[in-house]
Amino acid sequence: MINIYKNNISLFIYRTIPLILLYISVLLQLDNERNDYFNFNFPQILIFYWCLKRNDLLGYGFIFFAGIVNDTLVGLPLGVTSFCYLVLCGFAAYLRTITLSPSLIKDWFFFLLAIFVTNSLNFIILYLFFDVELKVAKIFLNTSFTFLLYIIFSAIFDFFLKNFIGLKND
Amino acid sequence: MEPSRDDFIIAIRSTFLKKGNKQRFSLFALIIISLILLIFSKYNFKFINYIKLGVNETVYRGSFIVSAPLKFLDTKYFEIKEHFKLYKNYQVLTKDLETLKKQKYDSEFLVFENKRLKKVIEDINYSSNEIIAKILVDKQSPFLRSVVINKGSKNNIEKGMAVLNEYHLIGKVEEVNYTTSRVLLLSDLNSKIPVIIEPEGIKAILSGGGDSLGEIKYQKGKSLISNDSIVYSSGSGGILKAGIPIGKIKINNQKINVKFFKDFNQISFVKILSFSEEKN
Repeated sequence: MINIYKNNISLFIYRTIPLILLYISVLLQLDNERNDYFNFNFPQILIFYWCLKRNDLLGYGFIFFAGIVNDTLVGLPLGVTSFCYLVLCGFAAYLRTITLSPSLIKDWFFFLLAIFVTNSLNFIILYLFFDVELKVAKIFLNTSFTFLLYIIFSAIFDFFLKNFIGLKND
Repeated sequence: MEPSRDDFIIAIRSTFLKKGNKQRFSLFALIIISLILLIFSKYNFKFINYIKLGVNETVYRGSFIVSAPLKFLDTKYFEIKEHFKLYKNYQVLTKDLETLKKQKYDSEFLVFENKRLKKVIEDINYSSNEIIAKILVDKQSPFLRSVVINKGSKNNIEKGMAVLNEYHLIGKVEEVNYTTSRVLLLSDLNSKIPVIIEPEGIKAILSGGGDSLGEIKYQKGKSLISNDSIVYSSGSGGILKAGIPIGKIKINNQKINVKFFKDFNQISFVKILSFSEEKN
């Protein structure tokens, strides 16, 4: 009885880890490292992966609110990041719906398309509607590193998912 | 087999309109809400400002608490790094001190003379009030550069006030909440400050470069500017006081850059200055 109780608690903790990671990464601004040349968007990797593999662990409402937190911290107009995160969720959910046999390479290149579209939308909204000046080269660099690092984080998350949570939805 | 158009529509409908397993909201509904928020932000609706004020206060404090351990490690790392440079720094500082001692008396004389002459020509003198603030959030993005401080409208902070670290200008107040404010740093691409380059006396606009350097724009007499000239605030526009030091000119491939006196990543406390005109 005690063992079942303990297992349930540990499973609950494991299941909330993606959500905790999302909020910590947003609050610590892990998408915006201080280095001018190497920076990547960790929340984008996290959101895409978990929406694709286990969307029940990362609610859309929480993702929306994480976007609001990010906008507040960076000083962007409210809703920009939420919109981009949710579009990214849309890509992941679409890929999940149409995929019969998952393949890491397919996921990886679909992720490239997804972040390219979301970052472009982010740029268009900020530049055209809010007159915020941005450096395209830096966004390009950020997108490239995010794309390249997806495969590494994906392997880590896969390991975590298989060994601690389980692959199947409830 | 290629998926048909109907399959595509079904997949899109299932993606955006269906609530997923254990999801409380559909993706479509949340996307619409974020778009509504964006439109309201664009047209500055009053209620969105109230929501923003509330969210800002909570999120800034939350981020401060969450990032405290990381900040502690960061500070310790820089402290240790500084210890290794101690002897080298000591030698440089000793030389600087000697030079400064010589310059001190000259500059004191010039300040008194300047004040006296301003009185004679009935020019405006400025008196300033200082407010010391602590930096709560300094998570600068590669695209946008700003910090959040722990003083707001409660402490009489107003939009546009000059923000200094020691004696150097680092930015101006961009957004004011009740107990917090956002400071737009000089290195931000959207920062534009009127400056004067000395000893040439050329007026220009200093724009942020998005990285550690600033850029001189819209100046006359480009060829007259030389390396290592000092950039000061010009006071044009009446927001900032004239003569606050900002940085040194670095000419690189005909591009006039400004190396700021302060490293914006290593600031813990700032001074917010408000200026008022003094009657002569």
